[in-house]
Amino acid sequence: MNKQSKVINHIKSYAVTYLFIALSVFFIIVSRLDLNYVASQLLLRLNRNAFIVLALIIPIVAGMGINFAITIGAMAAQIGLLLTISWGVTGVQGILLAGAITLPLAALFGFLIGKLLNRMKGQETIGSLILGYFANGAYQLLFLFIFGTFIPLSDKVTIVGASGVQNTLNLTGSVGLYKALDGILLVPFSIVAYVIAGLIAVYGIIQYTRKSFTAQKLAFCLVGAALIAGILQIPAVANLFSGAGGRQMIRVPVVTWLLIGCLCLFNMLIMRTRLGQKFRAVGQSQTVANAAGINVDRTRVIAIMISTVLAGWGQIVFMQSDGIGTFQTYAAHEQVGLYAGAAILVGGASIDRATNLQALVGTFLFHSLFITAQSAASNLFGDSAVGEYFRAFLSYGVIAIALVIYAWRGAKKHKSGGVDLTKVEKN
Amino acid sequence: MSAEYILEMNGITKEYGSNAVLKDVTLRIRPGEIHALLGENGAGKSTLMNVLFGMPVIHSTGGFKGEVLLNGERVRIMSPMDAMEKGIGMVHQEFMLIPGFSITDNIKLNREITKPWAVSKVLGKDLEFLNVQAMSRDARKALDDVGMGIDEFALVSGLPVGHMQFIEIAREIDKTGIKLLVFDEPTAVLTESEAAQLLSVMKNIAASGIAIIFITHRLDEVMEAADNITILRDGRLVSTLKKTETTAEQLAALMIGRGEESVIQVDKRKEAPSEKIAMSIRNLWVDMPGEVCRGINLDVHEGEILGIGGLAGQGKIGIPNGIMGLYDAVGDVELFGKKLPLNDTTSALQAGLAFVSEDRRGVGLLLDQSIEDNIVFSAMQVHRDFLKGPLHLKDTKKIRKTAEDMIQKLDIRCTSPAQATGTLSGGNQQKVCVARALMLNPKFLFVSEPTRGIDIGAKQLVLETLVRLGREQHMTIIMVSSELQELRSICDRIAIISEGKVAAILQPDDSDTAFGLAMSGAQLKGGETA
Repeated sequence: MNKQSKVINHIKSYAVTYLFIALSVFFIIVSRLDLNYVASQLLLRLNRNAFIVLALIIPIVAGMGINFAITIGAMAAQIGLLLTISWGVTGVQGILLAGAITLPLAALFGFLIGKLLNRMKGQETIGSLILGYFANGAYQLLFLFIFGTFIPLSDKVTIVGASGVQNTLNLTGSVGLYKALDGILLVPFSIVAYVIAGLIAVYGIIQYTRKSFTAQKLAFCLVGAALIAGILQIPAVANLFSGAGGRQMIRVPVVTWLLIGCLCLFNMLIMRTRLGQKFRAVGQSQTVANAAGINVDRTRVIAIMISTVLAGWGQIVFMQSDGIGTFQTYAAHEQVGLYAGAAILVGGASIDRATNLQALVGTFLFHSLFITAQSAASNLFGDSAVGEYFRAFLSYGVIAIALVIYAWRGAKKHKSGGVDLTKVEKN
Repeated sequence: MSAEYILEMNGITKEYGSNAVLKDVTLRIRPGEIHALLGENGAGKSTLMNVLFGMPVIHSTGGFKGEVLLNGERVRIMSPMDAMEKGIGMVHQEFMLIPGFSITDNIKLNREITKPWAVSKVLGKDLEFLNVQAMSRDARKALDDVGMGIDEFALVSGLPVGHMQFIEIAREIDKTGIKLLVFDEPTAVLTESEAAQLLSVMKNIAASGIAIIFITHRLDEVMEAADNITILRDGRLVSTLKKTETTAEQLAALMIGRGEESVIQVDKRKEAPSEKIAMSIRNLWVDMPGEVCRGINLDVHEGEILGIGGLAGQGKIGIPNGIMGLYDAVGDVELFGKKLPLNDTTSALQAGLAFVSEDRRGVGLLLDQSIEDNIVFSAMQVHRDFLKGPLHLKDTKKIRKTAEDMIQKLDIRCTSPAQATGTLSGGNQQKVCVARALMLNPKFLFVSEPTRGIDIGAKQLVLETLVRLGREQHMTIIMVSSELQELRSICDRIAIISEGKVAAILQPDDSDTAFGLAMSGAQLKGGETA
């Protein structure tokens, strides 16, 4: 009985995730795309987007909802990239420089966003969304007019004979930023999978010898590791990644993956510090946190600052990996908040709860639909444009559902005085 | 050197504007004693505690007069944090616990034990890792001290309410240097055995030298646990007594006693009110936050004014709100012999009930609308009055005339019927609420806290109106009020609600002691069935 209700509860709280798993499978089949292509695209997009999605976790834990204002962090990163290109710094140094410029800018923006959100408690999600749109205006002004006019930039990025920055900038070639992180070390997927399997096994054994794992958990780790290694032995699976039969060999950009791993670790570790405890306390009850002497407003500002800086760095990771290496100067940041927010919700996070795993799973599922939507739509309706509509429908729909579920749960919680009327005996 | 008293609050006076809520109150607590603080709602208990804890509400309204001495030294307590650092702790009535946290995390909230490491040495203490082992050790010890055997890693959200109270206490005694603990209605949510356990824990804490201020309305618990008792009434110190020199009856009388003065003089009814039952309430449960009813049984006679009294939070306000369908309710209510559907406001109004809500500005009025629109609004919606023609347009002439009648009858002070109700004074707003209820031509009227926040003149007028409606129009009225004196002035009978149940039905001229005991729920002892 108890177990059964647990299962039901699990399905209830992850309904959106299961729906998306089903949809993904359906779309992959209907799209009739080569699995090798789907897999390579998926890894690429996971690699590109995971960092930004992970940047959303801390504000959610701190009770500020989905920080759509990460768009502003992305803008800070784009300012950093622009300056880097203008100064002609290339390669990893260029990325590091852009990251270094992003840090103070995004921190400052995050501070201001946090201050503002503290004045609109309870409406942070919508507030940060509108704030992102507003900031877009300021960003356009900066790039159209102020850069090049008041802040000198090199001819490489400005429009010669007019004010403002060029519409698109090239990151490839002599600029040398395209794939500057991804390209450092590329390793075939199967090798990475074996290493991961090995790490899981070793982790399990270490935890077991330190007595913090039960035998059951150890067995779970070992079986999991064996499964990963085992599946790769199946020829069809191995071929999927190895590029046999004239297909593409799938390789993993190890450095970017390590960065994403570090961010996951950071998110986990910070929750074990005094600061993390404050985030969680403030997120669950500002009244109680305040009564315990926690500076609620300050804690919230810190959460948004960290999130904004991480999102900025995430945008750099995204830009160096995206597409064919062009930087849409005026538009690259526009969908950042929307897509990241939708992705984390698809993974089963809610307005007040989120984990690393949910962020990663959500990114994976959301983008599997993105990859396949166009082909699926043209196969089903004979029109690939429907796929475009579907993407927009998907992103906004998921966010709307999450907001409604949250409001509904809140309303239910709010009204009760603490007696369960269904248990009253009738005479 | 240690002073005789751990805490002295001498001559505390606090005014909000021109309204004095504390007048020259003195409270002295010895180390290791349990000192009960008694008083009705509005007697000044909370304000006194707000002063003690340096709550912002005190400082932002001009501070207070008088002095506070801790251990014989004069102190200025500027904030709750400040109070905490000076060794004053509070066990809240509404739990200050985070449901999603473990017991350990809650006990140690913002007082975590941490380990420094390389990064935290540079970037500050906030980044130090939690030392979960040390924290759980402390939590374990504190839990053992309050006699709780539960797992210190359990989540608070899954625990019974009674346990939460003990966790609050464990958190307070875990604080180092705690000298004085305030318990605010700690037994309100506890079962009888838990309450007994709590009292024994309190005695243990007191025996270890920590002084306790025990705020409660349960006189039997006061007699059981307290060493000394201070009673406040209307912001004044009534008396400080030794437990050994008093009785529960004396305490009850001291809490209530207001002499013979009535708010208004009303002639006693000549004929006895009819024995016919207008409304019968059986086993009514209402889920209203802060005012839960737990099985109300009550008969209301036709044509009488029935008063409902009791302390705040005991459930008296839940009765009209539940019957009118504003909060979820279950139970059986019959109105003039016909069953009344619950959780359905429209049916309640159509059955001839009307309600003047205690929440005048929230539920009662459309503040931006004119007086006339407010007066006719309910009648228009429920009975389709004041509409004309096939399109059901507003009949503005009729509305204006009716409104002017009402304004004159109830003496609503306004510039014109078109004035927005939001700009009226509280008393006049209340009259508009009454006028609106009357427009429904109710057979049965609920009036909840009709005189809250209005001046004495308006109070008398509202009360006189109610009496007139009862006597002249034979309307049956239930009046819910925290002002006992008011109920005793105009009601035929008074039901006292305690802990969500009817504790007693009294006559207006019954003794203060009877009222005091009923309010403290003394009769309920041993008779709980829920």
